[in-house]
Amino acid sequence: MALYSEKVMDHFRNPRNVGVIEDADGVGEVGNAKCGDIMKIYLKIDDDIITDVKFETFGCGSAIASSSMATELIKGKPVAEAMELTNKAVAEALDGLPDYKMHCSVLAEEAIKNALDDYYAKKSQNNN
Amino acid sequence: MKIYADNAATTRMSRAAIDAMMPYIEEYYGNPSSLYSFGQQAKEALESARETVAKCIGAQPREILFTSGGSEADNQAILSAAALGKKAGKTHIISDAIEHHAVLHTLKKLEKEGFEVTYLPVGTDGIVKVEDLEAAIREDTCLVTVMYANNEIGTIQPIKEIGKICREKKILFHTDAVQAVGHIPVNVESEYIDMLSSSAHKFHGPKGVGFLYARKGIRLTNLIEGGAQERGRRAGTENVPGIVAMAAALKESVEKIGENVKHAAALRDKLIAGLAGIPHSALNGDAVKRLPSNVSFCFEGIEGESLLLLLDDKGICASSGSACTSGSLDPSHVLLAIGRVHDVAHGSLRLTLGDDATEEEVDYIIQSVREVVEYLRGFSPVWRDLCAGKTEFIL
Ligand SMILES: Cc1ncc(COP(=O)(O)O)c(C=O)c1O
Ligand SMILES: [Zn+2]
Repeated sequence: MALYSEKVMDHFRNPRNVGVIEDADGVGEVGNAKCGDIMKIYLKIDDDIITDVKFETFGCGSAIASSSMATELIKGKPVAEAMELTNKAVAEALDGLPDYKMHCSVLAEEAIKNALDDYYAKKSQNNN
Repeated sequence: MKIYADNAATTRMSRAAIDAMMPYIEEYYGNPSSLYSFGQQAKEALESARETVAKCIGAQPREILFTSGGSEADNQAILSAAALGKKAGKTHIISDAIEHHAVLHTLKKLEKEGFEVTYLPVGTDGIVKVEDLEAAIREDTCLVTVMYANNEIGTIQPIKEIGKICREKKILFHTDAVQAVGHIPVNVESEYIDMLSSSAHKFHGPKGVGFLYARKGIRLTNLIEGGAQERGRRAGTENVPGIVAMAAALKESVEKIGENVKHAAALRDKLIAGLAGIPHSALNGDAVKRLPSNVSFCFEGIEGESLLLLLDDKGICASSGSACTSGSLDPSHVLLAIGRVHDVAHGSLRLTLGDDATEEEVDYIIQSVREVVEYLRGFSPVWRDLCAGKTEFIL
């Protein structure tokens, strides 16, 4: 038996949406190098729709796959919907993660919430 | 290409070992404790294996106890010394920060029972300082247990010096030599070793077999109670095929040590030089006082598990001391002990070459690691911050 599902390995080997968005509307970064996984999410948002998303990740196979899958799940979606994304949804979309790797999917959820928070914060600042 | 570069984890059984074991699986399956000749044939094979093993490390056959492997030998050696110490009112043990868990967890158990353990630090070179050992010795020290060579970073400890000090102070000295036996010359007599643990699968023998050497006169505590096998020190019908194979594997490995060391060390140094060419990388542990087949590196800005998975895709079997490969949040205690901070320790890679490794394989490994490290750094936020000057490079 392999350590990871084929879905995980696919997203790990060919991560979607890798990179940076220079003029991002929201940026989120979670984790720290001490625990071994760091994710950074960049969002481009138009009319409350996520038109583009990119990520950078320092971490294990499941951390990279979780970032990749999470970005796929919110791309093109309204921000309200993206806010509802759960780590379970990420893990399920990857056909499951080993128990001790679930924290990687939690990190992906948090990174996206973090980026959306940043977007809302910037937006309210602009409205002021 | 398919390259097995994880020989510190386990090795392929040698032809000599397989050939030696087969008759004891297929034909001579008697129980060595049975008194008819069919059983005694197995008994003879067992005792002949004991002689071979003893000779390979400079011991007497009576001083060799067959076990299920390195972990059991470590447990039995330490618990035996502790029991002897306790009887004499001595409950202090000296060890070090980079031991294998088979030693560390046994010591933890003893700490709960009231023993006090001093863990000697190691320098950034991964080597214990003899002065630190001398300073740590007390009136009530009953055991010093320091590994011969480290399984992660390959550093070799000053065993003879440690042994000499212990012998002078009449303190029992145990060494976990699982990574050393069969790979570098080991002699219990000239190195003043009282107890030594070894494991067959690290020197081309089978898994689940090993031995404990205990100098004549040292009373061992049984871990397994039952029959009178192993002169009452370890119950259970002996793993005859495994033991016979272990002896054959060890004999061959020891005979070839000179040639293997030369061959492996040259490739190791080529590999180290190649990997050192990757920016912001560093060798873990002393460059000279290390096992001839061990290469351990840290690469800043990347994480070890993803590195291993991508190397696996390129046909290279390696290992890492990163947290994500161990299932815990902390990276290897060995890397932390030599002063690697968490961030850097996560990006570790251990390559342990086989006796049959070639220059071409080493070239392929260097090229592959270079590519994978570069690729992973390409989308690592840690690497980005380092390059942007937001955080400072450590390596
Ligand atoms: C230094 C050291 N000690 C002990 C052991 C345990 O040996 P075994 O797997 O035979 O129990 C190992 C093997 O991983 C080792 O490298
Ligand atoms: Zn992880």
